Amino acid sequence: MPTNTEKVVTVNLEWCKGCGICVAFCPKDVLDLKDEKIHIKNINACIKCGQCELRCPDYAIWLGDR
Amino acid sequence: MPSQLVNDYFRQENLPHIWCSGCGNGIVTRAIVKAIDSLGLKKDDVCVVSGIGCSSRASGYLDFNTIHTTHGRALAFATGIKLANPKLNVIVISGDGDASAIGGNHLIHASRRNIDITTIVYNNNIYGMTGGQYSPTTPCGDKATTAPYGNLDNTFDLCDLVKGAGATYIARSTIYSPNMIQKQVENGIKNKGFSLIETITSCPTYYGRKNKKGDAVQMLTYLRDHSINTVAYNKLSDEEREGKIVVGEFHNSPKPEFTQLYDELIKSMAKED
Repeated sequence: MPTNTEKVVTVNLEWCKGCGICVAFCPKDVLDLKDEKIHIKNINACIKCGQCELRCPDYAIWLGDR
Repeated sequence: MPSQLVNDYFRQENLPHIWCSGCGNGIVTRAIVKAIDSLGLKKDDVCVVSGIGCSSRASGYLDFNTIHTTHGRALAFATGIKLANPKLNVIVISGDGDASAIGGNHLIHASRRNIDITTIVYNNNIYGMTGGQYSPTTPCGDKATTAPYGNLDNTFDLCDLVKGAGATYIARSTIYSPNMIQKQVENGIKNKGFSLIETITSCPTYYGRKNKKGDAVQMLTYLRDHSINTVAYNKLSDEEREGKIVVGEFHNSPKPEFTQLYDELIKSMAKED
């Protein structure tokens, strides 16, 4: 599993359409939806695997620079 | 600023895109861009050509040489572009309806000609943009706006179709596996000849709703649970094969490429003068 400690999961709420794909396929249950938008509920559990970025159809979540 | 990849290869002024919530087209488009990035192609050396349909809107979001053409004719435009400038990496983005119904003839003849074009078909099993009419890839029995009691037609297997027509690189993947899409697009671009990559994507708005397939997450889960690679598929009995989506690389067999043959012909004629 690729882990890059310099990266941090980043969201753009304006682009999020609330489909829930990132929430469902996050292996560590880091995310949920709040008011139909992505919400990072437990950043400490994030292993920076990038599964959310890989499958977000709206480019609204990614591993960005800290 | 969005992710580096999106920042580098997408037209920021056109984002966010207008695809529906949960539509898989964005996943495929990102995988294509990732493939181009990983091959290290210069943006000016890439030309993306699209037809008409939801998927074909991708050309407007991508920051390469792009052209959004007429319905079904992306391959005809792409053929002209490739012949005019054979050095370009020409990539066609098309939907199932665009590629196999309206543009079906262009698809088989581009395959037959083995021209160096990489075609990515976003197959969502329906005409999304125009309101959910059934397409040549809507499964038999499934519902659509124009098939309220179920579609009676058999479906095209796009990979088999282009194999019969002469394409030299053929692969299929689903949006559950974006890394597989990326790898296949890379190999398609590397193939000097006609490549077809069929990506199974989801349309929760029309195909999903009409057929009670659930939301975006349920449709993606379905693709995860029903896709199988060729090796495992070949070991299954006929009953077990029912409803499976076979993914992987089906054909990779280079043959002389059209623009190269054309160039050789021009050179041989020039010598005779």
